[in-house]
Order: sequence, then structure tokens, then C-alpha cells
Amino acid sequence: MSQPDLNNTMATPETRRRVSGPFWSVLSTPRIAPYLQVMPITAVFLVFFLIPVILVVVISFFDYQTYDILIPDFTLMNYQDVFSSSVTYETYWTTAKLSLIVWAVTLVLGFTLSYFLAFHVRSRSRQVVLLLLCTIPFWTSNEIRMISWIPLLGRDGVVNTVLQTMGIVKQPLEWLLYSKFAVVLGYVHLYTVFMIVPIFNSMMRIDKSLIEAAVDSGAKGWQVVLNIILPLSKSGLAIGSIFVISIVMGDFVTVNVLGGGQVASIGKVIVTDLSSLQFPPAAAESMVLLAFVIILIAALVKIVDIRKEL
Amino acid sequence: MAHGKRSPAFYWLAILFGLFVLFLYGPVIVIAVLSFQGPEGGLTFPMHGFSTHWFHQLFAGQSIGDISGAFGRSLKLGLVVMVITTIASFLAGLGFRSRFKGASAIFYIAIASLIVPSVVISLGIGAMFELLKIDRTWITSALGAQLTWTLPFGLLIMFAAFNRFNKSYEEAARGLGASSLRVIWEIVLPILAPSLLGVALFGFTLSYDELSRTSQAAGALNTLPLELQAMQTNATTPVIYALGTLTTLLSFTVIGLALALAIFLKRRRARHGSDAVKTA
Repeated sequence: MSQPDLNNTMATPETRRRVSGPFWSVLSTPRIAPYLQVMPITAVFLVFFLIPVILVVVISFFDYQTYDILIPDFTLMNYQDVFSSSVTYETYWTTAKLSLIVWAVTLVLGFTLSYFLAFHVRSRSRQVVLLLLCTIPFWTSNEIRMISWIPLLGRDGVVNTVLQTMGIVKQPLEWLLYSKFAVVLGYVHLYTVFMIVPIFNSMMRIDKSLIEAAVDSGAKGWQVVLNIILPLSKSGLAIGSIFVISIVMGDFVTVNVLGGGQVASIGKVIVTDLSSLQFPPAAAESMVLLAFVIILIAALVKIVDIRKEL
Repeated sequence: MAHGKRSPAFYWLAILFGLFVLFLYGPVIVIAVLSFQGPEGGLTFPMHGFSTHWFHQLFAGQSIGDISGAFGRSLKLGLVVMVITTIASFLAGLGFRSRFKGASAIFYIAIASLIVPSVVISLGIGAMFELLKIDRTWITSALGAQLTWTLPFGLLIMFAAFNRFNKSYEEAARGLGASSLRVIWEIVLPILAPSLLGVALFGFTLSYDELSRTSQAAGALNTLPLELQAMQTNATTPVIYALGTLTTLLSFTVIGLALALAIFLKRRRARHGSDAVKTA
């Protein structure tokens, strides 16, 4: 670094630089510092996210054989295989339907619960405690949380036993476990939190005087919810939707544990290909999935500017 | 709505909230109870006695895989992910306070990393190591895979924290002649401590329980969630519940410690605090 001109450095960054030596002075130069500070995170995303995803694009055009799992090539074969199979369309249809149901349920549930937390719970500390109560399971194992539905929903499970004892059903219900029902239940159980947190966050920003004004002008409770709170929490609704849809569309774990081989999903098709080391077909499937997710998210992103929400 | 008597809607919503909490915690409580099945007991009720038999089985472990190895790996990996996530997110949060070229590109890449389906990322990392002829291991490829999941969360938390951060404390310290490093160490870090604690909590717990992204990236040796997945497919005894109970207990301990520490920090500030504390 050049020696700062002592006459002109009062209260400029140069004054600070001299304090802790040349090394730190380079790091803390206002123009260079941000680049160095974001370098670690950028490096990780570059090596473990960008390059791998680009690689998936490239590999989707590769050829493959049983003992040679990646043969560099440019072939549309993998895509032809994807689009020519009727299984593909059925799988996409199933996955899209599941996503839609889960999206609708988590949206309504997330909105209602957030509304309760934001507008009916009055003390700040009670809000924090109740919100934490909703988020704590998110920090525990998703897998265990799925597995823990099995003794409840199984043929001899708690729900069936109760229903039979009460005489509501004669035969145990078979569709409770290893079914679409179980998968949807699992998703709602696991991912409603992704709706609650952003929606609650949006609701807490709503100016309470707006609501008071509406009430004073004679608006009923449901009118306030519909005409004020709902439109003003749309960015939270959009962020939650992005999370839920992208997770459910790509999921293969919940479908496996709670679908028990009865429910198909795109993610599961990809993982099945991978388990037989068929990288190129899995990559082609991934690209189609990615395109699907991107289209959905692009529609949602129009509603929301994520950076403004934080 | 904000004043006076509770509306009837409040009670309906409170009941719904209560049911939701039951829905969240009920199943885990059920398997916690079932993990104390007697030795004759099965995967569901009724309870055949009450014992710690299945916990002993877990540690005796001949029939079941490499539980303790997987547990050790997951624990170490979680700690490494926690440290990297906390430091890298904090630095990035500092960096994002000033304008620089590529800032929004990096931000959107972080968001993309969060929402691109895990299976795609896992496949890409697996394929990258395959092409480079490097063996995939839990501490290299799996570490990277997990960071693509924890770092965006860390970054978002840091954004939220810095948005609420009052720069005048920093400027005051600078004005009094403190170096940049000292400002970060004595002003920024203490004020942001609760948020950093949050980042660390996300880093550890999300890594410790991660399955989808790790699945194609872990290589020969399993992490605990992968081991659990393998166990789950042919589980016939409550031993899997015992494992589930223990690992959930560990998660709760970590969360509890983090929350206790957060409360402690808050109280200490309330006692010794200057005005600086009110900003965070």
C-alpha cells in the first residue's frame, strides 16, 4: 500500500488503515473488503452448487452403458426416453397433484395459524414462544418425524384401533398408511412451518392502524382479513409457496417412507435411476423437474421481492 | 381486535393452534413411548411391558448397521458445517452491507441453492466427483452438499440481522479511533451474537438431519440419517424407535442449549447493557 498523505487523511478510511498494519489494511479497504468477505460463501456455491447443476445439464446429453456410467457425447436419447414413456406423464401428473393439494392445505393452515399468532396473541413474548413451538420440530430429524406416523396410521395402528373400538369402522382402514393420504399428511406435518414463518413475518409488518381504521369504519372481522390482511401478506404467502412447492416437487424421501412403494414421484424416479448408476437418464429427468419448478417459481416471484422481506 | 374482550374467533383459532401443535408433536411422543416397549413388544401398541431393552439392543448392535460410526460422523459433520456456516454467513453478511459488483447475482444464487430440488444438487455433486475420479466421502462431497442447504439459511438470517443493525454504534467506535477489526470484534459481534447463535443452530441441526442432498454425495460411509433410512426399510423391531428417540433427544438438547444461551445473552444485556443492546 502507498503511504497515505498525512495531511489529507483526517477521518478518511486511510486513517483507519494505519492502525492495524498493512495486511488488515488491504482487507478493510472499503472497495476490496466486500469481495473478500463474500468470497467463502461464493466459492462454496460455485463448487458445490453452480458447477454441479451445470454438470447435470451437460450430463443429460451424455451416453451411458452398464459398466461405463458416463460417456461424453451429445445425444437427445435421454430426453427422448423421458418424453416417450407414459410412466413419465403419470408420474408428473401424480407429483403435480400432490404438490397442489399440499400447497393448498399448507397455505390455508399456514395463513390461519399465522393470523392467530400475529393478530390474536397479544404479548410479544407469547408470540415468540408459540412461533418457536412451531419451528422446533423443523430442527429435528424429518425422517424420524415421518417414521413416527407409522405406528399411528398402520393397519394395527393407533388410529385404526380407536376407530374400531368406537365402532366407527368394522375393518381397519387400509388407506391410512402407504398411500397418497399418508404422503400428503407427512408433507403437511413437515412443511407447514415453511408457510408459517414467512407469512407471520409479513403480517407483523402490517400497520395496525390500518386495521383499526377499517374496524372503526365498520368493517367486520372477515372483511378485515380478506381485504386488508390477505393482500398485505401476499409476499409471505409467495415465499412460503416457493418453499413448499419446490420441496414437494423434488421429494423422494417422504414418498418412500409414507408412500411405501405405492406412490410415484419425480424425485423417486431420479433416485431409482441413480441407484442403478444411470447418471445421464437421471440428469435428463432432473432437467425436466428443474424446468417445471422454475416455471412455477417464476410465476410466484413476480408477486414478491425477496430481499425487501428480510 | 387489539383491545378489549376476546372475540369468539380467538377461541376457535386457539383450538386450531392447539390441535396443530398436537399434530406436530404427537407422533414423536408416540414413538418415544413405543421405544420403551418390553422385549416381546412390537412396532405398535399395545405395550408389552416397559423396558429399556431396545436401547440396549441399539448399543449391543450386531444385527443393525454401523450406528455408532454413523452417529460419530453425523456429529462431526454437523459441527464442521456449523462452524463454516456461521463464519461464512457472517462474513458474507458484512460484505453485503456495501455495494459491490455481483452482489445481487450472489444473492440470487444463494436463493437458487435453497430451492433447486435437493435431488438435483445431490446428483450434480455425485456426478462431479465421479467425473473427476475422486471418491465421494461424508467429509468432502457430503460436506459441500450440506453447505448448499445451510449457507442460504445463514445468509438470510444475517441479512435480517444486519437490516436491523444500527450503524451509528460502529461509526461512533470508528470516530473514537478503533480499527476495523476491533469494531467488528467489540461492537458488531456482540450485538449480533443472538443472530449468530441462530445461524449456528440452523447449521448444526440442518446438517445433522440432512438426507436428500447427502444421499448421492456421502460415498461409502453413511451419516446417521442415511443409516436410519437403510434401517427403516427393513425395520421389524422397536429398535428404530429407540434410535429415533435418542437422536430427537439430541436435537432437543442442542435446541435447548441454543435457546438457553440466547436468553442468557439477552438477560446479561439487560443488566449490563447500554443503548447498543436495544438494536439487536
